[in-house]
Amino acid sequence: MAETTLMQPKAAPGTIPGLRGIAADWASDQRAFKNVSWGKAMMWIFLLSDTFIFSCFLLSYMTARMSTTVPWPNPSEVFALNIGSKHIPLILIAIMTFVLISSSGTMAMAVNFGYRHDRVRTAALMLATAAFGATFVGMQAFEWTKLIMEGVRPWGNPWGAPQFGACFFMITGFHGTHVTIGVIFLIAIARKVLRGDFDRERRGFFTSRKGYYEIVEITGLYWHFVDLVWVFIFAFFYLW
Amino acid sequence: MVDIPLDHVAGIPPAEVGEVELYHPRSWWTRYVFSQDAKVIAVQYSITAMSIGMVALVLSWMMRLQLGFPGTFSFIDANQYLQFITMHGMIMVIYLLTALFLGGFGNYLIPLMVGARDMVFPYVNMLSYWVYLLAVLVLAATFFVPGGPTGAGWTLYPPQAILSGTPGQDWGIVFMLASLILFIIGFTMGGLNYVVTVLQARTRGMTLMRLPLTVWGIFTATVMALLAFPALFVASVMLLLDRLLGTSFFMPTLVEMGQLSKYGGGSPILFQHLFWFFGHPEVYIVALPAFGIISDLISTHARKNIFGYRMMVWAIVAIGALSFVVWAHHMYVSGMHPYFGFFFATTTLIIAIPTAIKVYNWVLTLWRGDIHLTVPMLFALGFIVTFVNGGLTGLFLGNVVVDVPLSDTMFVVAHFHMVMGIAPIMAVFGGIYHWYPKVTGRMLNDVLGKFHFWVTFIGAYAVFFPMHYLGLLGMPRRYHDIGETSFVPASAHDLNAFMSVAALIVGFAQLVFLFNLVWSLFKGKEAGGNPWGATSLEWQTPETPPGHGNWGKELPIVYRWAYDYSVPGAAKDFVPQNEPPSGAVAQGAHP
Repeated sequence: MAETTLMQPKAAPGTIPGLRGIAADWASDQRAFKNVSWGKAMMWIFLLSDTFIFSCFLLSYMTARMSTTVPWPNPSEVFALNIGSKHIPLILIAIMTFVLISSSGTMAMAVNFGYRHDRVRTAALMLATAAFGATFVGMQAFEWTKLIMEGVRPWGNPWGAPQFGACFFMITGFHGTHVTIGVIFLIAIARKVLRGDFDRERRGFFTSRKGYYEIVEITGLYWHFVDLVWVFIFAFFYLW
Repeated sequence: MVDIPLDHVAGIPPAEVGEVELYHPRSWWTRYVFSQDAKVIAVQYSITAMSIGMVALVLSWMMRLQLGFPGTFSFIDANQYLQFITMHGMIMVIYLLTALFLGGFGNYLIPLMVGARDMVFPYVNMLSYWVYLLAVLVLAATFFVPGGPTGAGWTLYPPQAILSGTPGQDWGIVFMLASLILFIIGFTMGGLNYVVTVLQARTRGMTLMRLPLTVWGIFTATVMALLAFPALFVASVMLLLDRLLGTSFFMPTLVEMGQLSKYGGGSPILFQHLFWFFGHPEVYIVALPAFGIISDLISTHARKNIFGYRMMVWAIVAIGALSFVVWAHHMYVSGMHPYFGFFFATTTLIIAIPTAIKVYNWVLTLWRGDIHLTVPMLFALGFIVTFVNGGLTGLFLGNVVVDVPLSDTMFVVAHFHMVMGIAPIMAVFGGIYHWYPKVTGRMLNDVLGKFHFWVTFIGAYAVFFPMHYLGLLGMPRRYHDIGETSFVPASAHDLNAFMSVAALIVGFAQLVFLFNLVWSLFKGKEAGGNPWGATSLEWQTPETPPGHGNWGKELPIVYRWAYDYSVPGAAKDFVPQNEPPSGAVAQGAHP
């Protein structure tokens, strides 16, 4: 990891460790977060804002679930599948979670190879991540189809509180949109990596600024965030 | 662009990031329309916001005509009255004030004041404006859809917002929610830019504690907006689903037009929580930039350093943080638990401490200052008076026992117009009179400006001061016609007529202001680079109006805070931020 990009400068020589260092950075000129590029700072702040969106969605869902007078359908039963002759609760969701968490692993490896300027491996791992993501969305589509066939609608379902369908479609839909956007970005960036755009510092979309391998890490930040959100959705929606 | 020489001057560290190449426009379209220059985007934001603001102003005349002379104007019926109040409120709060302070002032002033060449991601910044414009157009389109705009009130409370009986139930509410969602997406793109620019793109020597307070106000407000708008986004999405798909997030079981509605089991209170988790920070999203601008105006035009700069900064940050834990003081009558009311009343009153610090510091800045009664200064003084006035009535409404009888009366209307209507708009006007010379290179006309100030200031008091009295009488808000009621005396109706006449006169004064803006663009006095003798960086640009990239060949280096006015022993009564301390630079550069 000796090779870092221009947008990723090394720590200033007089960097102070610990809390005093944080205070010194914030008291300094030019940048509050030393070693953090504009793009990365922007992604972190966006993710903070997006955290509030998902928190509001999840809190609203919890409010609806706790305040409804009609019983809430049992997620273990609703999301069970019959495989062979076995009735396995939550099996699809378990596989989906496994797939998404695995994609975080390939993403982290892609970031590593990106900073080594290993174009082929970086692009391959990003495409693998995208494939995992697409698989996840595909399984989500299957799950939606299954529930819709069973009569679940945003305004009602055969088993209990109508808010079940409303919350389910809204939250998984919003998360699935995030995953889909991530897949599109992963494919686009992987193409740029493979073409060598970041070795030549070619101007990229969105910013007309020069591109660096750091964009792989920034895409990774978004991807890990989407995974993390899924963990909370999994815990609060399916396991509750 | 030339790289900054890596010299060490007077403890100023070397540049940490090399110059980033700017996007250079190649045609008229990319220079003036699809521009990526923050200054052009700022002007686009401001013109769009003021245009839609004019619509809201006209709506307020309609409301005042109806309230002052009920039954006289046949073209205003009860439904239209509700549509007028809804659109007036929503436009003024979100599409005018938020967009103007953050998109307009923020875009123009942040890069200039922190010594950057532009926002960090100009393309995203441009996109932000176009999405905002789309949001405004969708909002404006509601006037032309069947059924007209929504009449749900600017708070859009369900269940009534989407039930039949509320005007605009067909399309108005759908367009309104879509427009809000677009606005939030657009704002997020711009807001990320403002925050990262302030944090990561300052020039050499510009520490956070040397920033002008305007930047601090806009910066904190933007951070708040990025954290508060998500709640509105979620509430809008869910209300839209309730309306379009028939979900019941916010809709309880109820009878509509004699029939059991299709909804059931939802919680209207949930919407109120989401809305006010956005709504209360929103008050400070428009107030904090105003605080910052007023601090700079007062210091510059009183030729005196701001009193207690550090306290001013921390007060801004503290207000920003506290405003996230007070939202339910808008909901004392929603039936929530009294203990919650107690908690939220306490947090609400704690906000009075940092706010009072700010007011005292403004007054102490004025004290024994060399006060120039220029138009920006007049507006700044007007702001302080109005803001204190609105803040004091806030103490009434922040306490549960006083708020309950005053809820939904004209007292509330008077309070929030004073504190987040008139006061921030005073800061907007003061800011425009102050920075117009930098934007255009010409001064605004002084006589018209003073006329504008006095009519607006006195007129606004004539409209909203008596309104407190009407509220105490128990006159309810959002009523199209009070009619004959035993508790509202006849004199109150005369007062209403008086307020309506005053409102029309204030509205007329705004036309004078708009005329001044256009007229001065061509006929105004040449301003020069620094007409007010101000210290902050935007007045030190090599060109006025600042050119593309703001700073010519080299970025400025900052040696001091933004408030070196009337420094003893200095040659002039102000020392610009980029003026080196004597002895730091080769002799002869500065006498």
